[in-house]
Amino acid sequence: MISHLRAPGWYRATFWTLVSLGLSWAILWAANGFDADAVTGIGFAQVALLAFPLFFLGGLGAFDYWFYWASGRPTRPEDHSGHGATSWQDYFRINTDHKVIGIQYVVTSFFFMFVGGLMAMLMRAELAAPGRQFVDPGAFNGLFSVHASVLIFLFIIPVFAGLANYVLPLMIGAPDMAFPRLNAVSFWLLPCAGVIMMLSFFAPGGSFASGWTAYAPLSVTAPPGQICFTIGVQFAGASSIATALNFLVTIITMRAPGMSFFRMPLLVWANFSTSLLVVIATPFVAASQLFVLLDRALGFNFFNAAAGGDVLMYQHVFWFYSHPAVYIMMLPGFGIISEILAVKSRKPVFGYRMMAFSLLAIVVLGFAVWAHHMFVSGMQSWIRVPMMVTTAVIAVPTGIKIFSWLATMWRGVLKLDTPMLFALGFLTMFVLGGISGVMLAMIPFDIYVSDTYFIVAHIHYVLFGGSLFTIFAGVYYWFPKMTGRMYNEKLGKLHFWMTFVFFNITFAPMHLLGLQGMPRRVADYSEQFATWNMIISVASFALGLSSLIFLYNMVASWRGGKRAPANPWNALTLEWQVSSPPPIFNFDHIPTVVGGPYEYGVPGAVHGVFESPATASAEARQPAGAVSSTAKE
Amino acid sequence: MGEETVSEQAPAREQADPRRDRPVHVWTLVAIGLVATAIGIALGFAIDWFPVRGSTQADDIDTVYHVLVVASVPFFVLVTVITLYCVWQFRERPGEEGLDGPSIHGNTGLEIVWTTIPAILLIGLCTYAYVTLTNVEEAPAAGAPKELRVDVTGQQFAWTFAYRGLDGKPVKSAELVLPKDRSVKFQIRTLDVLHDFWVPEFRMKIDAVPGITTSYRITPSKLGSWSVVCAELCGVGHALMRQKVTVVTPERFDAWIRRKQAGGMAATGAAGGGGAADATDQAAIGKTLFAEGNGEATACGACHTLSDAGTSGATGPNLDEVLKGWTPAQIAEAIENPNKDVAKGYTEGIMPANYGDTLTKQELAALVAYLEKTAAK
Repeated sequence: MISHLRAPGWYRATFWTLVSLGLSWAILWAANGFDADAVTGIGFAQVALLAFPLFFLGGLGAFDYWFYWASGRPTRPEDHSGHGATSWQDYFRINTDHKVIGIQYVVTSFFFMFVGGLMAMLMRAELAAPGRQFVDPGAFNGLFSVHASVLIFLFIIPVFAGLANYVLPLMIGAPDMAFPRLNAVSFWLLPCAGVIMMLSFFAPGGSFASGWTAYAPLSVTAPPGQICFTIGVQFAGASSIATALNFLVTIITMRAPGMSFFRMPLLVWANFSTSLLVVIATPFVAASQLFVLLDRALGFNFFNAAAGGDVLMYQHVFWFYSHPAVYIMMLPGFGIISEILAVKSRKPVFGYRMMAFSLLAIVVLGFAVWAHHMFVSGMQSWIRVPMMVTTAVIAVPTGIKIFSWLATMWRGVLKLDTPMLFALGFLTMFVLGGISGVMLAMIPFDIYVSDTYFIVAHIHYVLFGGSLFTIFAGVYYWFPKMTGRMYNEKLGKLHFWMTFVFFNITFAPMHLLGLQGMPRRVADYSEQFATWNMIISVASFALGLSSLIFLYNMVASWRGGKRAPANPWNALTLEWQVSSPPPIFNFDHIPTVVGGPYEYGVPGAVHGVFESPATASAEARQPAGAVSSTAKE
Repeated sequence: MGEETVSEQAPAREQADPRRDRPVHVWTLVAIGLVATAIGIALGFAIDWFPVRGSTQADDIDTVYHVLVVASVPFFVLVTVITLYCVWQFRERPGEEGLDGPSIHGNTGLEIVWTTIPAILLIGLCTYAYVTLTNVEEAPAAGAPKELRVDVTGQQFAWTFAYRGLDGKPVKSAELVLPKDRSVKFQIRTLDVLHDFWVPEFRMKIDAVPGITTSYRITPSKLGSWSVVCAELCGVGHALMRQKVTVVTPERFDAWIRRKQAGGMAATGAAGGGGAADATDQAAIGKTLFAEGNGEATACGACHTLSDAGTSGATGPNLDEVLKGWTPAQIAEAIENPNKDVAKGYTEGIMPANYGDTLTKQELAALVAYLEKTAAK
């Protein structure tokens, strides 16, 4: 038993989690002058929620190496025991293999996609008709708040980090990420954030219910469940910052010989840009929530107008992160689409350099548009006009990308399989989201449709028709590489068509409802909106069902799909030049990059050459990789 | 732009395989694109997307929408038509497996075109939006009737209105009444969290922000009765924070103001001045307070259903059901200290806890008397 508690793992993690709870209580007890009766439940929750993830991670073994090093004890020589996975249990421990972490990330975040999607189903059940159906207004406010928070902070942002975690080191010819241990910490912070947000449903007064925007002062005065958002965001944010730093260092320092910046696949460019955004912007959302926490817990008056607080400051700090966050949730998807369109059209990406530069342009401009979320907030009115112009101008680099993708397809040989269908679905749907975005940038129009269903429609066209379609495209595209199995193409196509059709029936009418004047974030609405809401609800249930097809396809194909060859798509980028799944350190010989990543149509063109081509192809036939055994489970 | 794509890429064709020499249907594409654009724009105009245009600002804002439709539809059509054309014409057919497309890496001219055209268009749209913004926020011209000033105060979960700058004393009301064709400037405050003062028919909206006063102006242009809607999430009762706004002729408005000033309808006046009012008067005053509030204290009926007062709020407990058998002391306690004993199924902190301050002693007594009488029925 004692040895269990000494060795890193779940026993020790449980033990230290319990210790953190005791310690939290003791701290409060001491802070209250050793008066046990003065320790309140909410005070305890605030300290415990901040403390337990760190103790849990410590117990699990995330900090062992660093503790050994910091305390001057001999660090254990790296025996790679934390690398790779030979059974499913290896996915439940601190693992330093970027491929294992990538799968941990993707699976965890898809779990949260189903959680968040289920909440959407409950909301649509409530909204199917005016009046009260299944949930009371308080619970409804809680549902849409947790729905958005979970899908943003625990699904879209981390699932992109997960996909990139898996394929990015492979794409640049690196054996792993630059900081494998930090990578493990990044991942394990994520379930902690998820548990914290879910715990809010057990809080007195219900889950946090002030929207994912958590505007002060509502969030300051809201029932205690609110702290689950305030604190959950801290850990989700820390996780993305650490991952972004890891990506930046990996991309800058670990590219294979010959991999110049302009020979990098666009997915790498996209994650480079995204990571810049994350590193600069994410501390702002952490700060905004920390202010709220200080207001709530210690009676600070950041947002108490009566005591000199500034309510609008919250919105500025919040959106200074949360607008770039939209690009954090979109740029990696742009990268995925560039990969898939080039491979599936059998043509080089059109205007490669402009594709890279437009990403950087979006990064820079992305920091100069945040106040367009605040056109009706009552802020100083002159700032609206410059923010309108920057917002409109950001459509230019985005337009460059869309036109370049179209030109990439032009005269290609289009292979219309599932990843390609999702890519094409993305292209058309994201344009709609972009167009409504430009409309919203126009101040007079925005004044009218702010806080209406038009906004709900817009954000879902961007994050569902945009981000989620790219995520599906990417998951199908790299599924053979990650699992060593082929997915079921028929089910994939069925999934696409159901998603595409019901996505549109669900979200397109929301534009109309918004224009007609239906406000968002309401559990109840007037009779005139009833018909469309019923249609939307029915379509949304079908949309929900379509995700079950995806789930079944993924699970069944992973367990018993056809064995995947090393390069089923006949792609040139490096991840496809190794076995599926790749060997434990990715490359037995680090490749030398000799040309661009998308030289399709050039006879005999290769992206990278391996030192010893004979050995490399032998490896490819004999998968000895990290996750192959899991595939059999 | 489809046409340019073809002509610019023509030289690359020579190196590609014979399949690539298939003709490109440029004119068909252009024709389909134009027809689709026309249909899209027609739909954007023909479908009645908006509520009644109830203010002069609404005309300007709806025009912005229509301009945006005209500017956006061609872009969507362009992308969709080219995508579908590629799927139709360039898809991999049986026997073409393993074939690559031509190795085209880019075209500077084309890239300049699709950077500059959207940029010019967007700057144009911004300029137009800026001009419209200036128009909708402009103060009324010199010759127009004097602008009306209404102070709007938001509180969880109701609005109160105060008319200032009138001839004679200010008027408070739980109902918003506005004269047609006269510019009105709303000065918006909040007593607690963020709210957003919005009448969809007027189009304009702005947040009510703690600590500052925000404002906007509109000129009602149609007679009618609509809803004031809270558009910024403000808590549990957000979806129910609705009140009535009525636009009347200037003559009827003046009459309404005079009536209000005379105190004929104002419960405050009667309760404040008439300590000797008998029980029936007390109950009548209480009923008015319940249904309309007093300008500072939010009307009870905004959140509570009580058939006798004709209210149907659903945020708080239904008083038709729960009030039976309550003593006056219990009723007074529940009004002044609502968080002490919260009804089952409802959350603490929803009902304003400041009725002890916003109601005078007489008003509270009148309200209790009314509720007791109603409960006994």
